[in-house]
Amino acid sequence: MNSIFIKQTIKTIGAASALALGLTAPVLADGHGGKVKIGLITTLTGGGAGLGVDIRDGFLLGIKQAGNEGIDVIVEDDQRKPDIAVQVADKMIQSEKVDIMTGLVFSNLALAVAPATTAQGKFYISPNAGPAQLAGRGCHENYFNVAWQNDGPHEAAGATANKMGMKKAFIFAPNYPAGKDALTGFKRMFEGEIETELFTKLGQTDYAAEIAQMRASDADGIFFFAPGGMGISFLKQYADSGIDLPLVGPAFSFDQTILPAVGDAAEGVLNTAQWAPDLDNDASRAFVETFKAEYGRIPSIYAQQGFDTASLIASAAAKADVKDTDAFRAALREADFVSTRGKFSFGNNQHPIQDFWVRKVVKDGDIFTNTAVEVAIADRQDVYAADCPLKW
Amino acid sequence: MFQERTLDIFVLLILVIVPASAVVTDEPFTITLATRAVIFALAGVGLNLALGQGGLVSFGHAAFFGVGGYAMGILASHAQNYTPIMETPFLIEGTNSMPVIWLVAIVSSGLVALLVGALSLRTSGVYFIMVTLAFGQMFYYFTISWPAYGGEDGLSIYVRNQFPGLNTLDPIQFFGICFALLCIVLFLVDRLNKSPFGLALNGAHQNEERALTVGINVYRLRLVAFVISGAITGLAGALFADLNRFVSPTMFSWQISGEIMIFIILGGVARLFGPVVGAALFILLEHVLGGLSDYWFIYLGVILLAVVLFAKGGIIGKLAKREAGHGQ
Amino acid sequence: MNMLLLIEQILNGLQFGVMLFLMAAGLTLIFGVMGLINLAHGSLYMIGAFAAAAVAGWTGNFLLALIASMAAAAMIGALIELSVIRRLYDRDHLEQVLATFAMILIFSEGTRWVFGSFPLFLNIPDYLKGTVTLPGGIEYSLYRLTIIGIGLAVAVGLFLLISKTRVGMRIRAGENDREMIGALGVDISVLYTLVFALGAALAGLSGALVGAIQSVEVGMGEPVLILAFVVIVIGGIGSIKGALAGAVLVGLTDTLGRTMLPVVFGSFMDPSSATTVGSALASMLIYILMAGVLIFKPTGLFGGS
Repeated sequence: MNSIFIKQTIKTIGAASALALGLTAPVLADGHGGKVKIGLITTLTGGGAGLGVDIRDGFLLGIKQAGNEGIDVIVEDDQRKPDIAVQVADKMIQSEKVDIMTGLVFSNLALAVAPATTAQGKFYISPNAGPAQLAGRGCHENYFNVAWQNDGPHEAAGATANKMGMKKAFIFAPNYPAGKDALTGFKRMFEGEIETELFTKLGQTDYAAEIAQMRASDADGIFFFAPGGMGISFLKQYADSGIDLPLVGPAFSFDQTILPAVGDAAEGVLNTAQWAPDLDNDASRAFVETFKAEYGRIPSIYAQQGFDTASLIASAAAKADVKDTDAFRAALREADFVSTRGKFSFGNNQHPIQDFWVRKVVKDGDIFTNTAVEVAIADRQDVYAADCPLKW
Repeated sequence: MFQERTLDIFVLLILVIVPASAVVTDEPFTITLATRAVIFALAGVGLNLALGQGGLVSFGHAAFFGVGGYAMGILASHAQNYTPIMETPFLIEGTNSMPVIWLVAIVSSGLVALLVGALSLRTSGVYFIMVTLAFGQMFYYFTISWPAYGGEDGLSIYVRNQFPGLNTLDPIQFFGICFALLCIVLFLVDRLNKSPFGLALNGAHQNEERALTVGINVYRLRLVAFVISGAITGLAGALFADLNRFVSPTMFSWQISGEIMIFIILGGVARLFGPVVGAALFILLEHVLGGLSDYWFIYLGVILLAVVLFAKGGIIGKLAKREAGHGQ
Repeated sequence: MNMLLLIEQILNGLQFGVMLFLMAAGLTLIFGVMGLINLAHGSLYMIGAFAAAAVAGWTGNFLLALIASMAAAAMIGALIELSVIRRLYDRDHLEQVLATFAMILIFSEGTRWVFGSFPLFLNIPDYLKGTVTLPGGIEYSLYRLTIIGIGLAVAVGLFLLISKTRVGMRIRAGENDREMIGALGVDISVLYTLVFALGAALAGLSGALVGAIQSVEVGMGEPVLILAFVVIVIGGIGSIKGALAGAVLVGLTDTLGRTMLPVVFGSFMDPSSATTVGSALASMLIYILMAGVLIFKPTGLFGGS
């Protein structure tokens, strides 16, 4: 009765993404698990659009490469507004009857959508945000995270700071929950002393005051978390300040989406992530090649996370029918896919157990990119897993 | 051309028929959209009282929308976790009862409006626009950095709050609640506009000096209007939070203040049903255009621009006969 | 906090204020002369930054990039003035808000359509990189000093333009009595287009100057727009002098608040909650300042009645 309506909405919604990517409509029917319908909500308009575009492109590439013909993806924009994200999620679940939700970039949006999704018996598989609330006591059997728990990259930065010989650190982050988590994560691994700790305004783009404090401080190194435009601004201003304290931070300020805009200012800086474009494994090499061929740019970690998320879903869909929730969940837990980051497995809270890498910003010809230096922390599982009651 | 009253009834009918037919065709999302439109309309009706009748262009109504939202979020999260809000000097428990939450939302946003209004009404014109914006921004930055209730992450309420005798999780029943509230508020605001209070308010808008000379305390009159206006928008905020089962500081952002204002201008300033038409149209545009392209904001922008340039007095002004008593 | 650091922070505040002034000057001029609330002013700032980034990318010449930023913003400014804005002068503020808000949507997504979703590169030219040592041993960024210089030069230029030239006389006349100046035979519509293009060029210039040390991305204009409004409202709308005073006041309040408040709270609270409370209050500070000023001076510091 309602199938006509559904087809129409898919046509209108899918049109934008299919048009942009030249994808053809997926073919129905599949030998193993039956049809899977995935709703991907991400940020495609406004200032944060770069990250969402990369997640979407990586994800769609992953689905296409998996060659699993029973998988259908609907893409929609959240305008980076939590209420829009919730509304679109409701639409996808209630009207379009998707089986799996994914795609959100920002933690505050994921916190709005993921609980609502799992409460309605659907899967939410996060390709980016990993807030602590969903990893510990608030974990859920239908919530998976393929990227990292939010603290991970910051903990790795703490470990890296130790290796760099940092003894007195100047640390700062924007004044919002993810910023506070960042400083907590860093301090968890950092063995030296914290010289100064401060919070900047969310969205702040002028760091002259903070840089003056750095100059006046006794610190021997700086840890910072400043995603997106905040990171571009800080790095450019810091490079111009003449201070030569070593920097370290999570990959969010050194990512492929913003490196071209930062330019020389980032060259040589160490940063931490679960992946780098030159990681030494076949899956990663193949992914970077095909992504470049398809979209004409080097993939960012967001693209890589989107790609791995798609690969994971495709691997589970090949084994189990998504309508059989228990079987599909078991298939997801096996994580039986070739991850672009090499080793990959899930902990009991369904967040990754993985290596975090130290990467270094290098100039390769005209292009700034990251090269993997060494493993910062091996087989890292987040600390919240212990609070998660899930057992399997 | 229609009589404005006829048009109003027609609008109400559409607002009922669309979700009702969505029940028949089993499209719960259409009901969600209609509910969203009704809630935004309510927020707009609130602002329209200050802006349309009183000529008080507030660019900070997101503050009241947000306070209403957080009234719901805070009460319901405490009920959800079984932790009291405070124990000394006396015990206050959380609650998940809608009527109680509404009452708290109305009272608290009204109180905030009293404070904001008392200070802002010392200014006028563009200064008033900007000082109300400043108050909205204060709330925004405060909630982002205030850790107790989630900061920028906001608060998730997993189950919609309850209303005696109804199943609020059923989309059409929740729509019914919101729609009923909108109708009640529309009725009351209409009565208010025609009361001596409303006439004095509008008179002070048209000609402040004359109002002063006939002995009207314009400041107090406007303050009362501003408080009622904020309280209505606060009620809408509580409903909005319940619709999403989620509150976050974005409810306080200046974009929300701007959107509520847009509903009014789109529909028709100082028209009773202006914000209702405006909100419904805006949601419809958002929904229809959103699928067209990644760059759909361009289309939205062009349409809004066209409305300002070519439909003076908003949609209702364009469609209805020139008989609206108030307005310019 | 030692004395040198305090002086450096005051310089930082001044520099931030001057950046805001460039943006606010155009806004206040447009409001003063034409009575228009222009929310799209932030888009002109963004257009300036993108034009500068594009031209710097092609030519590698920063000076050309600055010229391009002003030219592009002035051109687009004149274009929208001729096609849309001039229909709004006799409308009320509400309709102006909606129309210019619609323009923000068009410009933001249009820019993204042309330049893509990722931030662009724009850097300080080599000859302005690095720091200089000021008397007293303060090391300060040469580029930021340059911004202070350019900003003050623009301020002086605007004062001269308005007080000494024919165009300035007409602008002043237009502020006082719009019908009168038309009756005197001045072609007011040309004057309006000129003023709007001038304001746009200033916004474009400040976008390019700021873009070199910040991030050139879609949406960069709106936060600055809000701050610029705060500035002109504190200063008194329509007054260039007020805009300068307001800008410096906001710049100093924000910068000093950000650095001092956590220290102040730290003197009687434990460090971590002092940081949290201090930075929370710091982010609200300029709005508190603005509300405070308006409550005591309802038309701003230099505003008329």
